[in-house]
Amino acid sequence: MRQRTEKCVVTFRTTAGAMAMEAACKAGGLPGRLIPVPRSVTAGCGLCWAGPPDSREALEELVIKKHLDVDGIYAIIL
Amino acid sequence: MIYLDNAATTRTKPPAVSRAVLEALSSYGNCGRGGHEGALSAARTIYETREKIAALLGCPRVDHVCFTQNSTQALNIAVSGLLGPGDHVISTDLEHNSVLRPLYRLREAGAAVDFVPADRQGRLDYGGFEALLRPETKAVVCTHASNLTGDTVDIDWVGRFAREHGLLFILDASQTAGVLPIDMAATGVSVVCFTGHKSLMGPQGTGGLCLREGLEIRPFAVGGTGVRSYLETQPAEYPTRLEAGTLNGHGLAGLNAALDFLNETGVDAIHAREDALARRFYGAVRDLPGVTVYGDFSAPVRAPIVTLNIGNFDSAEVSDELAERFDIATRPGAHCAPRLHRALGTEDQGAVRFSWSYFNTEAETDQAAEAVRILAREAEEA
Repeated sequence: MRQRTEKCVVTFRTTAGAMAMEAACKAGGLPGRLIPVPRSVTAGCGLCWAGPPDSREALEELVIKKHLDVDGIYAIIL
Repeated sequence: MIYLDNAATTRTKPPAVSRAVLEALSSYGNCGRGGHEGALSAARTIYETREKIAALLGCPRVDHVCFTQNSTQALNIAVSGLLGPGDHVISTDLEHNSVLRPLYRLREAGAAVDFVPADRQGRLDYGGFEALLRPETKAVVCTHASNLTGDTVDIDWVGRFAREHGLLFILDASQTAGVLPIDMAATGVSVVCFTGHKSLMGPQGTGGLCLREGLEIRPFAVGGTGVRSYLETQPAEYPTRLEAGTLNGHGLAGLNAALDFLNETGVDAIHAREDALARRFYGAVRDLPGVTVYGDFSAPVRAPIVTLNIGNFDSAEVSDELAERFDIATRPGAHCAPRLHRALGTEDQGAVRFSWSYFNTEAETDQAAEAVRILAREAEEA
């Protein structure tokens, strides 16, 4: 299993929300990718955005600027 | 990519499917709306598709095959249209949310719902059906195969049980239509709900329900039908009764082509191949240290699904590793089957599901097993 590192994880209430985040991050040049939601955030299913730990501020700004529908933002070792 | 998420949707379709959709997109009018060649072409293909579905699933009448977008919509139509306040329904712990949520909503409306429990291995005790029976029991609603473990429900047994007690039997065939034989008339099924994009190998946005004769289903949606325009209510005749609005003619053209492939290849041959691949994988991973496989592989008939966990690792992490390092597509987490996850004890960890189609190969299966072996070894060393 790969080396775990800290990530900034953004969760969503809908798959549409995850897609909007990916599109906004791509357009804004923010690094990261969509991954299955880890159980340390929530048991269940779905997608979350995982970016580098120092991207939190930029992600929060993007969420506000683009009115993105997010559920939460977490710092997690993945 | 090695695609082993066919229980979610089959990715590789018979080549004729995409050709049929493309042809339909460039030539079809709207089925039942006008008498021109475009409208008639769509109507003919949709009728052909009904004929093939009726033959495949043992539906007694072609006009009792009603098309929907998917199984979920079909199950909602069946549950909300046949059951109501005061009714009692028996279901099982194996169900997908496409069954559970309509039943929970029905319960909120005043019905009673009980579930035959699954044990720690996900097996049903059929004595549970009898034990849950009440004077006001009206229906059994259950899956043909768990989307989580691939374990099947003995629908011949359930059909007999339903007949003996005068119950409706609504069957969720999402994981089995096209891969396991279903004869609703012989089995005593009242309604079979199916989706087109899984083991039927057709496009997404296709599905439906097959009805036995004599059922009075309240329509879920009412609207345009192309017939009896001055009637203020939905026409009572099937399939129009349950098909308000334009059908997905383009998608159904693809499903029609997929059914030709199924008929030419044979459901038994398709199941034999998929089952062999799944059991090959199971044989390679079942004894790996740290690997837990869920479901009953002693059963002779299964859907082509193998679901596992590695140690206590998050199933989301394992699935992501499979995708990123090995280019293998699986599904992690909960699988819209909350009751069965609780029974298996995987509510927190979820589980990684591998699922096969006719177009997967032995080589792909062996590569997937090798990837699990590598991850299990690394997990042991971690």
